[in-house]
Amino acid sequence: MSAAKSERRDQAVSELWTLRLYVAGQTPRSLVALANLKQLCEQYLAKRYTIEVVDLVQNPQLARGDQILAIPTLVRKLPVPMRKIIGDLSDTDRVLVGLDLRPRS
Amino acid sequence: MAFEETAPELAQNVRSLGFDVEKLVAGGKLFIDHVQIEPSEIEETGDYDLEGLFLRLGSAIDTVGAKRVAIDTLETLFASFANERILRAELRRLFRWLKDRGVTAVITAERGDRTLTRHGLEEYVSDCVILLDHRISEQVATRRLRIVKYRGSSHGTNEYPFLIDDRGIEVLPITSARLDYEASRDRISTGVPSLDEMLGGEGIYRGSTVLVSGTAGTGKTSLAAQMVDAACRRGERCVYFAFEESSRQIIRNMRSIGIDLGAPMRKGLLRFDALRPTLMGLEAHLTNIYRAVRDFGPTLVVVDPISNLASSGGSALAEGMLARLIDFFKTRQITLLLTCLTRAGETIEGTEVAVSSVIDTWVLLRDIESSGERNRAIYVLKSRGMKHSNQIREFLLTDDGIRLRELYVGPEGFLTGSARLAQQAREETEEKTRREAISGRKRAMIRRKEDLEAELAAKRRAFEAETEELRRSIEEAERRADVLASDRDDMALERGSAVRRPGRVRPRARRLKVARRGVES
Repeated sequence: MSAAKSERRDQAVSELWTLRLYVAGQTPRSLVALANLKQLCEQYLAKRYTIEVVDLVQNPQLARGDQILAIPTLVRKLPVPMRKIIGDLSDTDRVLVGLDLRPRS
Repeated sequence: MAFEETAPELAQNVRSLGFDVEKLVAGGKLFIDHVQIEPSEIEETGDYDLEGLFLRLGSAIDTVGAKRVAIDTLETLFASFANERILRAELRRLFRWLKDRGVTAVITAERGDRTLTRHGLEEYVSDCVILLDHRISEQVATRRLRIVKYRGSSHGTNEYPFLIDDRGIEVLPITSARLDYEASRDRISTGVPSLDEMLGGEGIYRGSTVLVSGTAGTGKTSLAAQMVDAACRRGERCVYFAFEESSRQIIRNMRSIGIDLGAPMRKGLLRFDALRPTLMGLEAHLTNIYRAVRDFGPTLVVVDPISNLASSGGSALAEGMLARLIDFFKTRQITLLLTCLTRAGETIEGTEVAVSSVIDTWVLLRDIESSGERNRAIYVLKSRGMKHSNQIREFLLTDDGIRLRELYVGPEGFLTGSARLAQQAREETEEKTRREAISGRKRAMIRRKEDLEAELAAKRRAFEAETEELRRSIEEAERRADVLASDRDDMALERGSAVRRPGRVRPRARRLKVARRGVES
């Protein structure tokens, strides 16, 4: 783990996080994903995050903006760079890695 | 839905194929959705599906009311997502979903090592599989296409070459699986009256395929030019595909035998298409020929020569191409004239490209070498549906076109050129001598007859003279006998011893005469 990358992650942790979760209707998988996300954010990013849920069934054209194919997809809009995490977020370790909250092993 | 190219890139790339994507997009006919996936940005955490893809497709279809959907290419999806189990399930669902939406979908995928597709799934879930292939054989690259499966149809199973150029994609399969084209009874002249005569007196059938084969310099192009000239004179349109000479060269050369191909060209009846055979593959040539024919609408097409064309591809390929070429013209009732160079050493009745069986009329030109000369000869090897001549004739290129001469056949074989002329002179002399001999004998016979007749006349005269002599002497004798008898009577009368009995004297005399005659004869 380099010092620079570690510093950046620390900085990222102190920033305000903007997360967007793409779902398609109120499917069980979407609900599971949202629940997993909320729990995770409370645990690691308490009070420093906003979650926006985008239902593509209502606005399918929004899928193009963030190049969404898989559902559910979590997009880390801020801090940059953008990160995409797909799946129901049940694998917490991989979500943390994907969000740069934990170094890749 | 493009996975590999952005909309502007796509527009630019297909412009060279003659598609104006921007116009289609502006006109609401086309919607391009570029899907960009960065596998490195994606972290997979648990269960997911590709509903996003479905939603995007659905909204794209609704935007323009699409009837067709193209997805290019599935490989990107497989490269982007690690969970193959989900992908396979989702792909299956995608195919189903597209069908339910009532759209025709064209989906591209890469070919696997030994399987039709890399993931061995796509070909099973789709209704129609078209396999594209790009192979190089004998340094010529040819794209080929094969319909592997097409549910609910009896599709052609063969592999067909295809072409991509500025007018899009052109596939040229054999258009008619059945041989059911029209057969015209209309006959057209070859432009050489004596050749027409050899071809049953009326020339070739319209819409038939004519092959003129021969070794180098036997006059194949000249014969072709003569036919073109004749067709143009009838006001018909012709296309001349030259693979050996430029159009200017052909026009110049044909002028030397009195055929002016420049005039019909200026009138717009004749179109030359001179191309180097190696310039492109057979498929491109074929397409070029098709297009020229479609655009120009000729009734006669010349391909001069097909042997060169054949060299730009493999022999098997050339054969297939020629079969399709002939098929194309047959179905359109366009007369096709092919010339074919027979190389020295090859059997003269063999063609480099085995097309001889599919052509209708085969005219063979050959050299005859004798007494230090090379002369041209022509014969009709076959001509379907007519009583063609079985004669070999001498083929002459004169200042005003092609002329055929009866070939002299003598005890030493057939003679051509100056040998024929010499033989003709010799024959004339012999004939003259013979004739003189005959008339001499006739004269002698007449003379003999006259002699005999004269002799006969002389003898008759002699005979007549003799007869006359005899008659006279007989008469004299009779007269003398009468005189004697009357003298005796007179004497008896004088003596009074006898009564004059007229009539008794004569019977005596008559008896005498008869007796004499009997002696004579």
